[in-house]
Amino acid sequence: MDAKNITNKERMAIPRQPMPAQDPTERSRNFQEVNLGYTPELAMKEALRCIQCKDPVCIKGCPVNIKIDQFILKVAEGDFLGAAKKIKEDNVLPAVCGRVCPQEDQCEKECIIGRKHEPVAIGNLERFVADWEREHGTMELPPIKAATGKKAAVIGSGPAGLSCANDLVRHGHEVVVFEALHELGGVLMYGVPEFRLPKDIVSKEIEGMKNMGVEFRTDVVVGRSVTIDELMQEEGFDAVFIGVGAGLPWFMGIPGESLVGVLAANEFLTRVNLMKAYDFPAKSDTPVFDCKGKNVAVFGGGNTAMDAVRTAKRLGADHAYIVYRRSEAEMPARVEEIHHAKEEGIEFLLLMNPLEFLGNDRHWLTGVKCIKMELGEPDDSGRRRPVPIEGSEFVLPIDMAIISIGNGSNPLIKQTTPEIETSKRDTIIVDINTMATSKDGVYAGGDIVTGGATVILAMGAGRTAAKAIHEKLMGTTAGYDEW
Amino acid sequence: MYRIVSSKPLAENIKKIEIEAPRIAKKQQAGQFVMLRVNPTGERIPLTIAGSDAEAGTISLIVQGMGKSTKELNSLAEGSSIPDIVGPLGTPSHIENFGTAVSIGGGVGTAIAYPTAVALKKAGNHVITINGARTKELVILEKEMKSVSDEAYITTDDGSYGYHGFVTQKLQELIDSGKKIDFVLAIGPIPMMKAIAEVTRPYGIHTVVSLNPIMVDGTGMCGGCRVTVNNETKFACVDGPEFDAHQVDFSNLADRNRIYQSEEKTSSEAGDHQCRLHGSH
Ligand SMILES: Cc1cc2nc3c(=O)[nH]c(=O)nc-3n(C[C@H](O)[C@H](O)[C@H](O)COP(=O)(O)OP(=O)(O)OC[C@H]3O[C@@H](n4cnc5c(N)ncnc54)[C@H](O)[C@@H]3O)c2cc1C
Ligand SMILES: Cc1cc2nc3c(=O)[nH]c(=O)nc-3n(C[C@H](O)[C@H](O)[C@H](O)COP(=O)(O)OP(=O)(O)OC[C@H]3O[C@@H](n4cnc5c(N)ncnc54)[C@H](O)[C@@H]3O)c2cc1C
Ligand code: SF4
Ligand code: FES
Repeated sequence: MDAKNITNKERMAIPRQPMPAQDPTERSRNFQEVNLGYTPELAMKEALRCIQCKDPVCIKGCPVNIKIDQFILKVAEGDFLGAAKKIKEDNVLPAVCGRVCPQEDQCEKECIIGRKHEPVAIGNLERFVADWEREHGTMELPPIKAATGKKAAVIGSGPAGLSCANDLVRHGHEVVVFEALHELGGVLMYGVPEFRLPKDIVSKEIEGMKNMGVEFRTDVVVGRSVTIDELMQEEGFDAVFIGVGAGLPWFMGIPGESLVGVLAANEFLTRVNLMKAYDFPAKSDTPVFDCKGKNVAVFGGGNTAMDAVRTAKRLGADHAYIVYRRSEAEMPARVEEIHHAKEEGIEFLLLMNPLEFLGNDRHWLTGVKCIKMELGEPDDSGRRRPVPIEGSEFVLPIDMAIISIGNGSNPLIKQTTPEIETSKRDTIIVDINTMATSKDGVYAGGDIVTGGATVILAMGAGRTAAKAIHEKLMGTTAGYDEW
Repeated sequence: MYRIVSSKPLAENIKKIEIEAPRIAKKQQAGQFVMLRVNPTGERIPLTIAGSDAEAGTISLIVQGMGKSTKELNSLAEGSSIPDIVGPLGTPSHIENFGTAVSIGGGVGTAIAYPTAVALKKAGNHVITINGARTKELVILEKEMKSVSDEAYITTDDGSYGYHGFVTQKLQELIDSGKKIDFVLAIGPIPMMKAIAEVTRPYGIHTVVSLNPIMVDGTGMCGGCRVTVNNETKFACVDGPEFDAHQVDFSNLADRNRIYQSEEKTSSEAGDHQCRLHGSH
């Protein structure tokens, strides 16, 4: 079979190629990446499953409209570097997105093949292509336009900021990215664990941007170390993009939440990922709660909850539980993560609501009192509302509780630049066509605008803003994105 | 990299360190802190900015060697560098002319209180300072404190210098002597701050403390620095570190600060593990 002489019937007879992965027992004790990636043979075989629709609906499912049919055709033909180039026309971080996008809700949800069979594994192919380019290609610098003499500041180095910076620098603008932490990458570095997204991949992408001329300054908290007005008036920036991400974690507000041993997923993951606490004390000075032989419960059902519970397991937890008040169907996490978590021995306590944390006389956590729930009538979000089953209370003995029920918005920009309009939830209000805020020359995108969302939406917002900033600085978008 | 311009001992195990950090120096206000890392595998630790020189682009820190990170910082030679320092973080102290303001420092808390005492003086307050230490050798910043005080007292637990007794006793004496006190700032070990809050509560004297929960990022992202104030969850790195003493749940803070005690011992090879910020006074 080759890419040209194959009928649609033959294409559809090929089963979806599974992603090779580390053995579950093995991997639940290490921090190496779970998925091993397609081989070229697997990738080419999977690519043959794409029937090259005249109207490829998958593209509409992708928030940045990657030319999915075209890149998959190149994979089928064995032109992996060509495929990478094609993807990069629309997505600057394919190695990341191929790993963390919720494909089942986006491109793969729309895929025609998925109506009768399993959809084409678009995410797996995207990942393969990006990895291939990184490992085999020259990662040559994309073309960069002549210098415009204009200067833009990007606040935050998460996916929103990185994609905005990338587009701006390619169009000839001088770009400086300011990051509060000592490492670049935002949630990709401090949130998503190594076993799902190796940090080397993120670092390589950032290295590429440095080579293109993006300047990065870590250890700068905009709002505190320098204000937006100072950047524009004293440091000569013509435009500013705010991509500061989500803010402080929410807690549940139930009794006992201040006991020792109850912490937010952000803190747990930051200690482990950013501060490398899994190497404590040999190679890191930052400790993390000692999970060895302990019972750990994570409250929540999103990607952050899955990352936290699987991290606890890898740190040696005896029992690692997910406690979630709805059923599995309502869980916002990627299906692959739920699947992997189960394989690794994570115990799912679904339709279960915590009522109270219990502690000993030293105020350390000893357990959590829960009540069982059942699904009732649909609520505003269309999801069936869980209602408690009377008399079903019980106590689950645990040593650590990790709260993962979402985040508020970062309040710092609002506090220090009050003229930027924010919503009741403290998110920044923008014009969604341009990402312009209420302050002239200032744009925003990513989680600080949407509330906790996804990597690809943050990237898309960064790109939209870059184009609007270009238009603002140059007075036109003529020739934008043409090389 | 940020260069250490000078590093001078103030007392046994306490040093004053000046670091090149021009952006921070330009912006620093009383009550704010930095997060820094001593080496590329180091923890992020919070330290109060004791003062700054915007022109020279330097800030000064006063550091007590407690565990691994602070001891390592204190051992760095002048001219060497640290990889990261970020700030100024936290909400600046609320400063106004209260009338008579008392600044109370316990141990290295004296250093944390110093910039706020300076600001209180500048704002026109009648400033009284009470600085406590276990013993004479541990008294720090005596001259500096005196220069911003209308009345300056030093207390030592063992009576080897100044007033023999605790800072709480000295404060109680001032109140008993009929002095009208409008504002109290207390910074030191948790039991000391808690005791001060109890001294001023019956008189309704507005009292502020600076809390020292364990921090990770210090930028309002991780939630690690949460404290309970007026039965609400607050985050010391963005909402604080200063809070109304009469509303703080001190025992919860003391409990939560013990979470990594055994790990801290592992990390700090030195056996000398004296309790300072949450030791007894
Ligand atoms: C644990 C976890 C797992 C996730 N898993 C997935 C997944 O599998 N798939 C998916 O699509 N999404 C996932 N998400 C969500 C996704 O990571 C976010 O939606 C995305 O990172 C948002 O990007 P952003 O650029 O807006 O912000 P962030 O990635 O949060 O980056 C913001 C950056 O700005 C910096 N910053 C903040 N304030 C300032 C300031 N004042 N000055 C300078 N810098 C500042 C921050 O330090 C940070 O580096 C996950 C999130 C978490 C926490
Ligand atoms: C807002 C704030 C301002 C501070 N200002 C000063 C100052 O000006 N001078 C000074 O000497 N000290 C100050 N501290 C305390 C200082 O941060 C700790 O002594 C230091 O982090 C201890 O680290 P270590 O590795 O040396 O000791 P460790 O052995 O790790 O810890 C010793 C004790 O310090 C506390 N601690 C440990 N890690 C942290 C952390 N990441 N964040 C906060 N506390 C921690 C714990 O209670 C612990 O028991 C301040 C703390 C806060 C929160
Ligand atoms: S970026 Fe995400 S949505 Fe778009 S094609 Fe890739 S996996 Fe699908
Ligand atoms: S230290 Fe992380 S939120 Fe305050």
